[in-house]
Amino acid sequence: MNRHLWFPSAILLLWLGMAIFGPLLDLRPDHIELARILVPPGPGAWLGYDDLGRPLLDRLVAGASTSFFVALWVVALSAVMGTFIGTIGAYAGGVWDHIIVRIIDIFLAFPGILLAIAMAGLMGPGIDNVIIALSTVGWVGFARLARAQVLSIKQRLHVEAATALGVRPPLIIVRHIIPLTLAPLIIEASFAVAGVVIAEAGLSFLGLGVQPPEASWGSTIRDGTRYMLVAPHMVLVPGIALMLVVLAVNLLGDHLRDRVDVRMRQAG
Amino acid sequence: MLNFILSRILSAAIVVLGVSSLVFFLIHLVPGDPVEVMLGESAQPTDRTALRHALGLDQPVAVQLLDYFSGLLRFDLGTSLHTQRPIADLLLERLPATIELTIAALLIAVAIAFPLGVLSAVRKDSAWDHGARVVSLLGISIPHFWLGPLLILVFSLWLGWLPVSGREGMASLVLPALTLGTALAAILSRMVRATLLETLGEDYVRTARAKGLAEHAVILRHALCNALLPVITVLGLQLGALLGGAIVTEMVFSWPGLGQLTIEAIHRRDYPVVQACVLLISVTYVGVNTLTDLAYVWLDPRVRLQ
Repeated sequence: MNRHLWFPSAILLLWLGMAIFGPLLDLRPDHIELARILVPPGPGAWLGYDDLGRPLLDRLVAGASTSFFVALWVVALSAVMGTFIGTIGAYAGGVWDHIIVRIIDIFLAFPGILLAIAMAGLMGPGIDNVIIALSTVGWVGFARLARAQVLSIKQRLHVEAATALGVRPPLIIVRHIIPLTLAPLIIEASFAVAGVVIAEAGLSFLGLGVQPPEASWGSTIRDGTRYMLVAPHMVLVPGIALMLVVLAVNLLGDHLRDRVDVRMRQAG
Repeated sequence: MLNFILSRILSAAIVVLGVSSLVFFLIHLVPGDPVEVMLGESAQPTDRTALRHALGLDQPVAVQLLDYFSGLLRFDLGTSLHTQRPIADLLLERLPATIELTIAALLIAVAIAFPLGVLSAVRKDSAWDHGARVVSLLGISIPHFWLGPLLILVFSLWLGWLPVSGREGMASLVLPALTLGTALAAILSRMVRATLLETLGEDYVRTARAKGLAEHAVILRHALCNALLPVITVLGLQLGALLGGAIVTEMVFSWPGLGQLTIEAIHRRDYPVVQACVLLISVTYVGVNTLTDLAYVWLDPRVRLQ
């Protein structure tokens, strides 16, 4: 393995471990100790306590689980929906493609997570609604990428040969086109994970994400902003965790992209 | 040329039409009966009927949609349920703050990104270049809602240099603009570096050097000017991220702009205001993108003179 990758890999493994094994540990993210309200990190206090006297380490692990599963669901749903829609548009061409391009343009007209904010706000808070809102925004990137890929791949000779042999379009798409679009889609997915982690925490920061007492790094940061002078650890702990995960995902995404680029250069 | 302009404007108009329709249907996302959600369960039946009528929800959807579009054409966005004031007035009150914040963030981003990008391109693979890469990676990875509180902690609470929040005077603009502009600065500086490296390898740069021009003139006049075009496109596209980020940034700093209005309206269940805010922000974005496209054509002599 590339020696630069130990750092992002370690961070992501830790994140994954906290998300998967966290629920198995004897953690008490909702346990309130009034005597320990806003106690800073120190001996016997690990990462300190929050404004209700709950242990921040336990809430950090529970928050990791929230961000991981939201990211997993949103990226999976967006990738499947987006690839499906983009591929259909590019392969069918004509009016269908035209309509799909227009729909993509309309979704792209909502800057950043504005549409997700509006949807999550109107549907009401809760982790399901966060996933729905972020997937509604997230599929567009995949659709655009899949469409561009399929447009060029469907011109290739092996697709023409398959068509000439009488292979039916669904089979051509699944067997002869989709596999060739996977590399760029995986890269897009890795960057999408970073975006979704930030977006989930952002929605929770705005009070539109998971509901208390469920833990999210974003809501801990929001609660912490009220006590910054006396207890900066409430903002620092979840913020550093969030930044490390996003940084690690971006570094891995960069690395993947560089590798694919090299292969493309060699092939060309 | 004229055809290009017309087709860009036409496609922007179609997008605006689609965006408005989508925003119209947003109200139907409210689970159950939106009127009940807005008024609460204890509301009187007469109040419910009145609100239903005021929102037009007692009409068939087709009539609602028609009313909505005819309202939009007259800039009549309805009334706020919370303040009972025309929504258009509310938006006009908040718009200047958001424009101010976005432009300040844009200027800060450009002011950071260009020197950083030029430096990393000119001193490629030096310690400067690697340092700039790390800084920009960090800049992309820090969310606004964390960078904002961090800056408040350091510059307002510990050092006491700048106000914590609000919008009073230039000093209060510094931290929100820095928070909002950092990510753009990070993206832009990488873009400047990449395009500048490309233009530095062009024949006309070699020619400029061969005729003995000073290095700074070669870089600034010949290479950087030609590197500007792709950078401007990215700038236009990234303005969307800036407008989206402004919502969160405004909440962090209690900046009285459209973003704050949107979130306040969501929490007050003032759904017509939410719809209007989303519509205005998106339409602004479409408008700016269209202008960027047109500016690109105008700036590029190869296209302009065709």
